[in-house]
Amino acid sequence: MDKIKIIIRKEWAEVFKNRMVFFSIIFMPLMMTAIPLIILYATGDSSAGDLSSQMPEQFSRYCPQNLDGTECFQFYMVTQFMFMFMLIPLMIPVNIAAYSIVGEKTTRSLEPLLATPITTSELLIAKNLAATIPAVLATWIGFAIFAIGAGIITTSRSLMLALMDPLWLIAIFIVGPLLAILSVNFSIMVSSRVNDPRVAEQLSAVVIIPLLVLFFGQISGFIFLSRQLILVIAAVLLVIDVAIIYMAVRLFQRETILTRWK
Amino acid sequence: MIHTDNLTKQFQSTLAVDRLTLDIPEGEVFGFLGPNGAGKTTTVRMLTSLIAPTSGTATINGLQVGRDDTAIRRMVGILTETPGMYDNLSAEFNLEIYAHLYEVSDPKGQVDKYLRLLGLWDRRYDEAGTFSKGMKQKLAIARALLHEPRILFLDEPTAGLDPEAARLVRDFIAELRKEGRTIFLCTHNLDEADRLCDRIGVFKSRLLVVDSPARLRSQVFGRKVVFHLKQSDEKLAQNISTLPFVHDAKAIENKLLVTLDDPETHNPDIIRALVGAGADVQFVGELRHSLEDVYLRLMQETK
Repeated sequence: MDKIKIIIRKEWAEVFKNRMVFFSIIFMPLMMTAIPLIILYATGDSSAGDLSSQMPEQFSRYCPQNLDGTECFQFYMVTQFMFMFMLIPLMIPVNIAAYSIVGEKTTRSLEPLLATPITTSELLIAKNLAATIPAVLATWIGFAIFAIGAGIITTSRSLMLALMDPLWLIAIFIVGPLLAILSVNFSIMVSSRVNDPRVAEQLSAVVIIPLLVLFFGQISGFIFLSRQLILVIAAVLLVIDVAIIYMAVRLFQRETILTRWK
Repeated sequence: MIHTDNLTKQFQSTLAVDRLTLDIPEGEVFGFLGPNGAGKTTTVRMLTSLIAPTSGTATINGLQVGRDDTAIRRMVGILTETPGMYDNLSAEFNLEIYAHLYEVSDPKGQVDKYLRLLGLWDRRYDEAGTFSKGMKQKLAIARALLHEPRILFLDEPTAGLDPEAARLVRDFIAELRKEGRTIFLCTHNLDEADRLCDRIGVFKSRLLVVDSPARLRSQVFGRKVVFHLKQSDEKLAQNISTLPFVHDAKAIENKLLVTLDDPETHNPDIIRALVGAGADVQFVGELRHSLEDVYLRLMQETK
C-alpha cells in the first residue's frame, strides 16, 4: 500500500507541476459545468417565448408530462450536456495516463523503477488510481456545482426534479467512474506499447469516439438517453472494464517494455 | 554471492549473452568490461531480475533469477546506465519515492543520510532537472544505496562525467568497497577498472577471460623485466635467453628486456648472470602493460 501511495503522490506531483496539464484538467470540468448553467439561465427568460419547437420532435415524447414547452426545451438542452459531463472522466485521464508509462520511458526512469521490488499489479493500480481519482473527483465536483447552480437559476421545481432524475445520478456516480477506468486502462495499454508521448495521447483519445457517436445520435434524435439505456451502458462498461484491466496487465510485459525502448 | 551457470539471452536472431558462467564471492569488486553492444547491460538486467534468461541459471545470494525476482530486486541496488531521475521533482522527493519503493524502515533518515554523504544536502529541495550530470549521477548512486544493498550493480557509473565528478564517484565506489559490499561494475574506463576491481571479466557476448588485473597482464603479455645496464648488446641478450626460466630476452639500447613467469624468484639469478658476464646493472624494474593494452589485445584476438 505504501508503494501505491508513493507512486500516486509522485504522479500527482509531476502532473500538477506541469501547468498545461493542470490547466487542461481544470478547464474541461469548468466548461462542462458552466455551459449548461448558462443555457439554463439564458433560456429561463420568459420573454423568449415557447422554445419547444426548436428541439427534435422525437424528444417531445420523452419530456416529462408536467413540464411546459420552455421547461421541456431546457430539459432537452441540459440532457445533451450529460454526454458532455461523461466526457470529463474520459478525457482527463488521457492527459495523465497516456503519459504514465511512455513518460517514464522518455525520461529513462522506467528501468530504475522496475528494478525496485514493486510488482506489476502495484504499479498498475497506482498508475490507475493516480489518473482515475482526479477524473472522478472533477466529474463529481463539476456535477455538484451544476446541481447547486441549477437550483439557484431554475425557478421551476418540476424542471429541477426532472434534472435531478436518478438517470443523472447513475450516469455521474456509476457510469462516470466506469468510463474513467476504461479511459485510464486504455491509455496505460497504449502508453506501454508506444515510444512517443504524443502518439500515446492521440491514440488514447480514440476512447471518446463511442461517446461522441452516442452524443450525435442523441442530438439528431436517433438515440434518447433513457434510464434503461444508461443502465445498459453501465453494464456493458463494467464488462469492458474488466476485460481492459485484464488486457492492460497482460500487455504490461516488463521485459518487452524495457528492451524495445531505445 | 553472484553465481551464473551457462546464462544465455537471445533476442530473436541476436545472441546477446552466450553461456556466461561466473562466480563472484561476497565483498568482491568485479569489473565487467566489453565493447558497446557486448551484452553487459543485458547481463546486468538479467542479474537484477529485470529480464529473464533464455536459458541457464543465475542466483544472487542463493535466490534464483526468474523465480525469486521480487526478493532479488529487494536485495540488490542498481545504478542504471542513465540516471533516469524525475526531473520536475526535488532531489529529496526523488529519493523519498525510492526509499518507499525499497521498503526502507526509516525513509526520511536514509534519504537525509545519503543526501549528506554525497554532498547534495544543500540542494535537496532543488528539482533534479537543474542538477549537473555529475550531481544527477550522485543522486542516482544515493538512490541505489537507500536500502543498504549488499550487492550493487553499477552500469557505467562515470560515463560522461568530467574528471572531477568522475573522481568523486570513483572515490565513493572505493568507500563502498571498504564496507565489504559486492560490486558488479560495468565500465569502459579501464583505468578505473584497474584501480577498483579485484577481478575483471572481459566480455563480448561470451566471457573471454576472467582474472585479477595483474594476472590478466601476465596471461596476455607475460611478465617483462627491464634491466638498465651501463652497456648492453645482443650477445648479452642471447646469454640470458639460454637461462631455463627465461622466455625471451632482447637488448634495446642500453636496456635488456626479459620475459619470464616469476620475476620475484628469478630476478636475482639474472642479475648474477649479468654481473658474471661483466655487465653493470644500474636499475631493475617491471614493464607494466596497461589494462587497456590487455583489453585491446583480447578484442583483437576475438576478431
